[in-house]
Amino acid sequence: MSSEKFQTIESLAVPLPIENVDTDQIIPARFLKATTREGFGENLFRDWRFDKSGAPKKDFVLNNNTYKGSILVGGKNFGSGSSREHAAWAIHDYGFKVVVSSFFADIFKNNALNNGLLPVQVSESFLLTLIRAIESNPSTLIKVDLEEQLITITDSGASESFDINPYKKECLLNGYDDIDYLLSIKEKIVEFEKSRS
Amino acid sequence: MAGKTLFDKIWDKHVVDEIKGGPSVLYIDRHLVHEVTSPQAFAGIESRGISLFRPENTVATPDHNVPTIDQHLSIKDELSRFQVNKLTENCKKHGVTLYGLNHPYHGIVHVIGPELGITQPGLTMVCGDSHTSTHGAFGSVAFGIGTSEVEMVMATQCILQPKPKKMLISVDGELSEGVTAKDVVLYIISKISASGGTGYFIEFAGSAIRNLSMEGRMTVCNMSIESGARGGLIAPDETTLKYIKGREFAPSGADFEKAVESWKLLKSDEDAVFDLELHFDAADIEPMITYGTNPGMGAKIKAKIPTVEEIDSAARESYEKSLAYMGFEAGSPISGRKVDYVFVGSCTNGRIEDLREVAQFVKGKKKADHVTAWIVPGSKQVEKQAHKEGITEILEAAGFKLRQPGCSACLAMNDDKVPEGMLAVATSNRNFEGRQGPGSRTMLASPLTAAAAAVTGEVTDPRSLL
Ligand code: SF4
Repeated sequence: MSSEKFQTIESLAVPLPIENVDTDQIIPARFLKATTREGFGENLFRDWRFDKSGAPKKDFVLNNNTYKGSILVGGKNFGSGSSREHAAWAIHDYGFKVVVSSFFADIFKNNALNNGLLPVQVSESFLLTLIRAIESNPSTLIKVDLEEQLITITDSGASESFDINPYKKECLLNGYDDIDYLLSIKEKIVEFEKSRS
Repeated sequence: MAGKTLFDKIWDKHVVDEIKGGPSVLYIDRHLVHEVTSPQAFAGIESRGISLFRPENTVATPDHNVPTIDQHLSIKDELSRFQVNKLTENCKKHGVTLYGLNHPYHGIVHVIGPELGITQPGLTMVCGDSHTSTHGAFGSVAFGIGTSEVEMVMATQCILQPKPKKMLISVDGELSEGVTAKDVVLYIISKISASGGTGYFIEFAGSAIRNLSMEGRMTVCNMSIESGARGGLIAPDETTLKYIKGREFAPSGADFEKAVESWKLLKSDEDAVFDLELHFDAADIEPMITYGTNPGMGAKIKAKIPTVEEIDSAARESYEKSLAYMGFEAGSPISGRKVDYVFVGSCTNGRIEDLREVAQFVKGKKKADHVTAWIVPGSKQVEKQAHKEGITEILEAAGFKLRQPGCSACLAMNDDKVPEGMLAVATSNRNFEGRQGPGSRTMLASPLTAAAAAVTGEVTDPRSLL
């Protein structure tokens, strides 16, 4: 699905320093029955966010007015488990544009990139610095510059560069779509099929 | 030049093109589809005004949402019914073969692929489901993809993929009595953690792996994803060929012989270099069970849950959160806990050998009164075979009932949900918070260990009852 062009973001951030956040937590299976891509944000982190009666759980970070913004800062091994792309849709639909972690599960990373959600992988020590900065001052601004591949804590100027596949970077910056690309090389694919038979 | 790994051999043969500084364009031989991760992809190609590029290489079945009783009736849950109907509609419209509910080939997508001979050595296979790794047991490169990628395959039979690194895991020696394929893979994941395989594709080798049946190998490859790996594979051998021969979609006659010639070349070269090699001793493996909320949190069933001090300081907070969810105390013995539910089934352990193992174990025994047990075959064919072999009667005599095929309580998208707070011993592959229903608690184990729990009503080392 082609998405908007990814611009540099400077935003407050929401800390979720939990390891191994799996996609079953991000969007539980019982909410996967929709046949469109929209509306999954409503049930993002459903069972951490709401109790059985549907009332918000006060101690969960998304219900805490202190933290806002379009950057989610997670713990190590974010997005493990089920390949459901609904997890990336839910995070994006909720309003996040960037997820930061020291380690992403492979499929989640692909899914995020395919949906205009930027996974920013930082070192464990920088992740800790980020979490501390946000938790000690929730109005801390974080800047994510995709062109420069740099994440910076605005106040302190502490920054770290991050990796991204150059092709994926181009796609995000320009809002390109993998499927358009694949369709454009269809002749090559047909050639390939012939060469095998 | 160093030799090639099995993974390289298959991958390289499927690369249509390389994008400079980017992923490879990888050709996909077989695409499996189910109801949950496909509707948005079908909608995607429709909105582009295109049709499926190679519909003949795609097979679909509804499995996640389906009820496991009264399958002849219309699905009660409205949203589930809608999603399953949508799949039927989409398959009809786009010319995709569908094995719908009540079809003799219906079942969990990863059970029917191998069973029908769709899964073969040397192929690339994908499905919008992480446990596509199961098919690697035949020496194919098989892995799970997201819905955007499902759409790519529908549109062009290709996906864009960065090539993963390669890991070799060998397990040598003999497994002792009561130790099964499930224990092997739970053991491996407990050693390398739920993220230890991230970025890798694993080749499983060694005498203990070779000695596994095809179904055991599928169990191992199925759970390779639970270490974070993209998938796992095992070089084909006589066991593989014997399994494939005569299956519905397998090549037959001279074609089979020809295929065998090329399949025999599918192994890692002696001098192939892996990015990481790990070796384990089969003799150290015992019946395993998980005690936490990710599949890496497993231990020998007779062991104790690790104390907080034994856990790396950075991981302690997550560890304590996990145990708090389970309601378990660090340092306490794993065995002896009261079990409320037992689930035998899923694409990990819902095959005929699993049902045979359970039947043989419970024969002449009785299920504990307080335990609710769900025994769910992975497919219609497994169900039929179980009836034929008298497994159904043995189970019934022991107080169990065989349900109808589907994913069932593995992920609780259907009606089979473990109630809040209840403790389940399950043969499936994920013990995440709420995986088997909101607030449910799951311990993953082998079919034998699950059967033992059903009989005693508590977490029990199955060897004590053999
Ligand atoms: S049985 Fe479980 S893991 Fe397997 S495909 Fe179904 S839901 Fe996924």
